[in-house]
Amino acid sequence: MISMGLLFAGVLFVLGVAGLLARRNLLMILVSIEIMLNAAGVAFIAAGALWNQADGQVMFLFILATAAAEVAVGLALVLQVNHLHHTVDADAVRQMKD
Amino acid sequence: MILVWLLIVLGAAGGLAVLSERWGGDWPRWVTLIGITVDFVIGLAIWIGSEIHPPQGQWLVSLDVNWIPSLGIHFHLALDGLSLLLIMLTFALGMVAVLASWHDITEGIGFFHLNLCWLLAAITGVFLALDLFLFYFAWELMLVPMFLMILIWGHERRRYAAIKFFLFTQISGLLMLISILALYFFHHAATGVYTFEYAQLLNTPLPAGAAVLIMLGFFAAFMVKLPVFPFHTWLPDAHTEASTAGSLVLAGLMLKTGAYGMLRFVLPLFPSAAHELAPYAMVLAAIGIVYGGVLAYAQSDIKRLVAYTSVSHMGFVLLGIFAAALAPPGSSAARWALEGVILEMLCHGFSTGALFLIAGFLQERLHTREMRSMNGLWAVMPRLSGAGLFFALAAIGLPGLGNFVAEFLILMGTFPVSAGLTIVAAIGVLVSTFYGVAMVQHAFHGPNRHNWQAPDLGKREALALVPMMAVLLWLGWYPQPVFNTAAASVEIIANQAARPVAVEARR
Amino acid sequence: MYGWLWLEPVIPFATSAALLIAGRRMGRRAAGWIGTGAIAASTIIAALLTWQFIVHPPSGGAYTQVLWQWFAVAGFHPRISLYLDSLAVVMTLVVSFVSFLIHLYSAEFMAESEGYERFFAYMNLFVASMLTLVLASNLLLLFLGWEGVGLCSYLLIGFWYDDEVNGLAGRKAFIVTRAGDVAMTLGLVLLVTRLGTLDIQELMHRVTLQWHYGAMVAEVAGFLLLGGAVGKSAQFPLQTWLPDAMAGPTPTSALIHAATMVTAGVYLIARLHVLYALAPMAQLAVALAGFITLVIAGFSALTQHDIKRILAYSTISQIGYMFLALGVGAWSAAIFHLVTHAFFKALLFLASGVVIQALHEEHDIFKMGGLRKRLPLAFWCFIFAGSSLAGLPLITAGFYSKGVIMWSAHSSAQGAWWLWAGAMAGAFMTALYTFRLIFVVFYGEPRQAHPPITRYPGPAINWPLGVLGFLSMLAGFIDLPAAMGGREALSGFLTPALPRFLALRPGMGEISSELLASILFFAGVYLIYLFQLQKPGWSAQLAGPGLGDTAHRFWFADWGMDWLYEKTLVHPVAWFARVNKADGVDRIYDGIAWLSEYFHRGLSRTENGRLRWYAGWVTAGAIVLVALAKW
Repeated sequence: MISMGLLFAGVLFVLGVAGLLARRNLLMILVSIEIMLNAAGVAFIAAGALWNQADGQVMFLFILATAAAEVAVGLALVLQVNHLHHTVDADAVRQMKD
Repeated sequence: MILVWLLIVLGAAGGLAVLSERWGGDWPRWVTLIGITVDFVIGLAIWIGSEIHPPQGQWLVSLDVNWIPSLGIHFHLALDGLSLLLIMLTFALGMVAVLASWHDITEGIGFFHLNLCWLLAAITGVFLALDLFLFYFAWELMLVPMFLMILIWGHERRRYAAIKFFLFTQISGLLMLISILALYFFHHAATGVYTFEYAQLLNTPLPAGAAVLIMLGFFAAFMVKLPVFPFHTWLPDAHTEASTAGSLVLAGLMLKTGAYGMLRFVLPLFPSAAHELAPYAMVLAAIGIVYGGVLAYAQSDIKRLVAYTSVSHMGFVLLGIFAAALAPPGSSAARWALEGVILEMLCHGFSTGALFLIAGFLQERLHTREMRSMNGLWAVMPRLSGAGLFFALAAIGLPGLGNFVAEFLILMGTFPVSAGLTIVAAIGVLVSTFYGVAMVQHAFHGPNRHNWQAPDLGKREALALVPMMAVLLWLGWYPQPVFNTAAASVEIIANQAARPVAVEARR
Repeated sequence: MYGWLWLEPVIPFATSAALLIAGRRMGRRAAGWIGTGAIAASTIIAALLTWQFIVHPPSGGAYTQVLWQWFAVAGFHPRISLYLDSLAVVMTLVVSFVSFLIHLYSAEFMAESEGYERFFAYMNLFVASMLTLVLASNLLLLFLGWEGVGLCSYLLIGFWYDDEVNGLAGRKAFIVTRAGDVAMTLGLVLLVTRLGTLDIQELMHRVTLQWHYGAMVAEVAGFLLLGGAVGKSAQFPLQTWLPDAMAGPTPTSALIHAATMVTAGVYLIARLHVLYALAPMAQLAVALAGFITLVIAGFSALTQHDIKRILAYSTISQIGYMFLALGVGAWSAAIFHLVTHAFFKALLFLASGVVIQALHEEHDIFKMGGLRKRLPLAFWCFIFAGSSLAGLPLITAGFYSKGVIMWSAHSSAQGAWWLWAGAMAGAFMTALYTFRLIFVVFYGEPRQAHPPITRYPGPAINWPLGVLGFLSMLAGFIDLPAAMGGREALSGFLTPALPRFLALRPGMGEISSELLASILFFAGVYLIYLFQLQKPGWSAQLAGPGLGDTAHRFWFADWGMDWLYEKTLVHPVAWFARVNKADGVDRIYDGIAWLSEYFHRGLSRTENGRLRWYAGWVTAGAIVLVALAKW
């Protein structure tokens, strides 16, 4: 049971990583990060179910809050990038170099 | 308490120098000059007092206050003959430095004199500290004002020179910190007492391998500062790029802290390890004497030339120190070498310091340090050129000037230890002739083909140079007061350095 | 009276300091007066002390005046003290008197030269140092005087600093003599570390007590001190500096590079004769140095064109005789020749100065000629001094002083027939080059039109010339060979300080040696008369292409010694200095700096601003970490 839960979390996480690496659109990258966060959440819940402890679900709530905050900041940054560069292509935004 | 006042006066003078700048540029100068003069007078009073009432034991004056008791750190200052001579040199050259930078420094006058005062205070602290923690504190404290003095008031490549100086001295200083801590913990392991106190650490029993490593840490710091071939390359850059006062303090005082450290710490704390190191150190010293001389001869920048002569002269100092470490116990050789070393330090301070002053005066007038574009200055500035000749002769060890007595004593002390290295060092004296006459020839003699017109030595400049001439003549014809003052310290250092040999002989 | 001894060096020293500090403000006249007056004062004291020494000799034959303790460190106690024995009496008298005459001469000779005060300041400093040298009771103080005279020599050779050639000559002189001084320093260090003192009398006492005849350490000490002596006295192999030293003003050449300073080496070895008597190899080296020098310098003198260079080589050669005398143990003969040489060689230089100045700085003898009528005083000076130098029999000082040396070279215990033969050959050469100079300069027709002589010397020049001419003739009569009257005024006077010479090898009488020397003198003069005046074509033929020309050029270039030193010592050092000007050691640290910069650049290339690139690396890193944790 637990292995199925973790396997699901793992697959979800790898999908998120693959999306992060493959997509150039900043929005899609943000979505991929959300998927990875949720994968971690799933793993927590699975582990919590295994040990019969509420900690896993508490941690998931934390992650949820963090993800919400992250999306808020991330979307604001994406909007700014779009505003300044008229694009949301991650590879086109390389001002931070040097 | 008088020793703390030495530091307080300098520190306060530095602070006042900054504050008083608002009333005019000459204020910081006068404040600094008065501060250093007060210290000089205090030092002189201690010296005369010690002549009238010879002290019991090694220390003339000392002050020991608990600072951080939980770590065994004391605020321990003490003055013996060796430190007394060196702080007198510090204050004397400090006064000269103020006079020399009177027209040289025109921007940031207050901050410059703050740096100068605190630098002198730190150097004084190095010469006085007997607690290793305090010593290290003062040692690192020297670095910052000197770094700023090169960086802010230096010449064209000052950034490069300042960073190079900082890296060399800082890295070697950190090695010493590791050694100090190692010694601290070894002492605790052996006796159960945590202390940085010099007198207690003196007899720390150390495993032979550890002793060598710990000593090398100390040696690294002092070797870079002295400097020893092949760790000397920061010196020509720093000396050349620093302002006149900076070069004067670097050459006259900062190099002496390296020699002082070897005399005060390396030989007494690690006699047997120093004994093992001595042959290598002496070979490096002999190489440095000749190498520094030849490179000085090769230079065409007058300040760079003078800088390399320091490498050569400090080779003599190193040679004498480690000859004393190897001299058979009970013989006179160690005392000859050490007295020679101390006199060489003083004479080098004055002769090389004066040469830097002259280089500075020339640069102020001609806006160049390149000797190829000087030539024939004697016709225009006979007094300045005559002074240049005088100090060049001092640098090449002409009898009648102090450096000769010092170098002869060092050769005497080295000869029983190693005839071969004595020969190399004597050849170094010949090499010194190359650069001495080359400098006089290129800068002062020859035709005045660039038609220089410039004023001769002024009153203030003469006031700086003439006392230095007088001191060199005094040390050349009657150096006995210096030898008397240093005698007790020399005796103790020689005995401490001779301990391992004595132990071996007993077996 | 003896208490005044310290004034002898101190007066010139004080005036020198005064002239250096305030000379410009004093003005030329005052400077000349002060400079000359100080030497006059020293001379008077020296004369009074000599008188006192003869009439009331001090107890023990020597007077020691301790001025102060120089320093005292762990059993080494050199003092600033003066020691007056008969040797020192002779030396101070000669040095101060000749210096006085030359100062008087310079007062007029240098009158139009720039830096007049500076000249007298240096000259006074020289006299002070030279008197310190000969009066020093300990070797460290002697060394102080020794370096002091070297310094003055350097300063005076380069006196006219406008011309870089002069500066180079001064540098060469200073460096070559200091090369000898390196050996001398080491000798002093050896003596003091082995015997614990540098006080000469005490040292000689300990030498005899502690070192046996032929001891290795005595030999080494002898050789090292000889190194200093050959440097200062321009003997083989360090003779190369003296001919170039002629770049200095002529009075300087007369005083320093002929009469006094260059004989310091002779004085040193005579002073330490006890040491050399114990070191047979070192003493043989002294004789050999003298022997080689007197022959090769004779050849070189014969080929020179510059009037002062001829005299310089002649000086080298004559000091070679003194070294030869020292090497065979004829100590007082060396001092005898030193004294007479001081007179006639100083005179030759001073007279050549008159010639040079009259011809507007012309040095080449082959551009002179026929000056006998135009400069009669100089001519007669050259005749007197030249005959004395070449050894005109019976009436000249040089004949007697050199005669003793030649005979001693054979009959001393350390003597040998070949040393004697070399000395004879040298005497023949002396006659050749001296009279070549005289015939070319003063006889024949002027070879080049010179502007008329406008300046004839005044009394300040004429008087010293006259006095020295007188002495060049008569000074020889203070010591006469046994067969010619047997006077021993000088050698007898010197006896307490220098042991009497003992002739141990029979086989040649003194008279026969002197006779042969006389024959050689006349033969030499006749030969050169034939070649230079009667048949000038012969000498041209002799120096023509082929062997003669090669030899001529070889000798002219001082037997290639300069070339040898240039190639083996000067060029390598200069080359190393040039290529390593930027200090090769610093390249190591440059390397370290470059390495850290290289890594910095390598790492900063990964910082390319691509977000996904970073994410990829994070992922890869995570995978590697997890994999590592698993295994």
